[in-house]
Amino acid sequence: MRTEPVVQVQALVKRYGDKTAVDGLDLVARAGVTAVLGPNGAGKTTTVETCEGYRKPDSGTVRVLGLDPVRQSGELRPRVGVMLQSGGVYSGARADEMLRHVAKLHAHPLDVDALIERLGLGSCGRTTYRRLSGGQQQRLALAMAVVGRPELVFLDEPTAGLDPQARRATWDLVRDLRADGVSVILTTHYMDEAEQLADDVAIIDAGRVIAQGSPEELCRGGAENTLRFTGRPGLDVGSLLKALPADCTAAELTPGSYRVVGKVDPQLLATVTSWCAQHGVMPDRISVERHTLEDVFLELTGKELRS
Amino acid sequence: MTTAGTYTPKPGAAPLPRMIAAQAALETKMLLRNGEQLLLTVVIPTLLLVLFSSVDIVDTGVGKAVDFLAPGVLALAVMSTAFTGQAIATGFERRYGVLKRLASSPLPRWALMTAKTASVLVTEVLQIALLTVIAFALGWSPHGNPLAVLLLLVLGTAAFSGLGLLMAGTLRAEATLAAANLVFLLLLVGGGVIVPLDKFPSGAQDVLALLPISALSDGLRDVLQHGAGVPWGDLGILAVWAVVGLTAAGRFFRWE
Repeated sequence: MRTEPVVQVQALVKRYGDKTAVDGLDLVARAGVTAVLGPNGAGKTTTVETCEGYRKPDSGTVRVLGLDPVRQSGELRPRVGVMLQSGGVYSGARADEMLRHVAKLHAHPLDVDALIERLGLGSCGRTTYRRLSGGQQQRLALAMAVVGRPELVFLDEPTAGLDPQARRATWDLVRDLRADGVSVILTTHYMDEAEQLADDVAIIDAGRVIAQGSPEELCRGGAENTLRFTGRPGLDVGSLLKALPADCTAAELTPGSYRVVGKVDPQLLATVTSWCAQHGVMPDRISVERHTLEDVFLELTGKELRS
Repeated sequence: MTTAGTYTPKPGAAPLPRMIAAQAALETKMLLRNGEQLLLTVVIPTLLLVLFSSVDIVDTGVGKAVDFLAPGVLALAVMSTAFTGQAIATGFERRYGVLKRLASSPLPRWALMTAKTASVLVTEVLQIALLTVIAFALGWSPHGNPLAVLLLLVLGTAAFSGLGLLMAGTLRAEATLAAANLVFLLLLVGGGVIVPLDKFPSGAQDVLALLPISALSDGLRDVLQHGAGVPWGDLGILAVWAVVGLTAAGRFFRWE
């Protein structure tokens, strides 16, 4: 897989009047699936729309596939697929008609009938866009983003408001795109979506990226994991601490109830259990508490993600 | 990647002529499918032509009524498509993000505008064919140089397109809908389409004669009814409107 960035945003600033939507944002996205995660109003859409060439940065630089999305738009547009948050289709057009039209604008489009089948758009029949359900409109927008066989796809809140079944269909398509070498940048305020799909997650709040990494890295990094076990009271915590890596802490919280905080991985778990074995301790109720992206977000910003 | 999957990237823009043809075909289809648009572009001009040619409501001067009315109704047909229809359709395309979505497709903006113009021209050809057949059935006997007629129609289309796109690209879609219909009605009455301009007070006449619809209907009438040569004055008025309208539209048009 290529390692050069597909998207490179440096010190991006974008204001609307006296409101600063994006405030010195840095983002590097590589091949694969990158989720831009944040609450409503964090600057996700503004960032993505700047990458799509819709908005001119007030300052900072944006490169997509190595190109300037505004100045080199003609070269970039055929290589990129765009799914807007809403709309984008003639209100009097049928789903298949619009999809076939977008296909005609590309040199080597996907098989439209297969794509219609895949996304369950066949049931739309002769219904015009304005009378399609919200889920059908979303899936049509998704189909329009991929039909031109782009290298990179931008999906702005692709599953917002979808029922669970349609949501899974969208996730499956994103996984297939990734497997076939299409890079995907998606914005979402669903933590599970980012965890399920993304190789890399950028958490945005108040117009800045406040953390970035794989879901695993973020869950370890932003907040350390916790390992708990119970044993007989008064164990030698100092000796346990010596056996653990340097950045771990260990404590007896209440008599017989122990907590280890640190980078909890299989090695650490083995270290704790073998220490217990050496000391003839049976660790009852041993548990590892993994932090979710939602916890990470809460800790970083003090805000709920789904605001 | 060893084997190519279904979605393996293979990007590329289609050849420009193919994109423009596809876009023009879709826009025309959308227009012909829209009932309100057909009312404006086909039903109203046809009714006006038939009604006022066969019933003596307005004094159209010497000669057959249809010889006065047919050029006016042709001018109205051009206005209904290039101005009113295009303004309303484009206003709602802007409102519903169609223009925004197309802006990120391989279709360049100028090619989109070319396709829109082609769609307007195709619609006008259909309108003119229909209205001409009806006018002949009503006993129309046109004169003059077809090239002068063509020149007037093309410049009229350019003038009305500029004004229509200016409106669609600057006002809200609902405001465009209301204003475009109101302007259509006002220009229908005050632009020499069915009511001769000399029925208005002389001060008003001078102002009304400068309207694009008056220039187009007057120019078409000079040629088709009176067999005049090239009506340079009317062409000049249309050219000024075209330059002003298209320049302003190019400058102030907002795509979202």
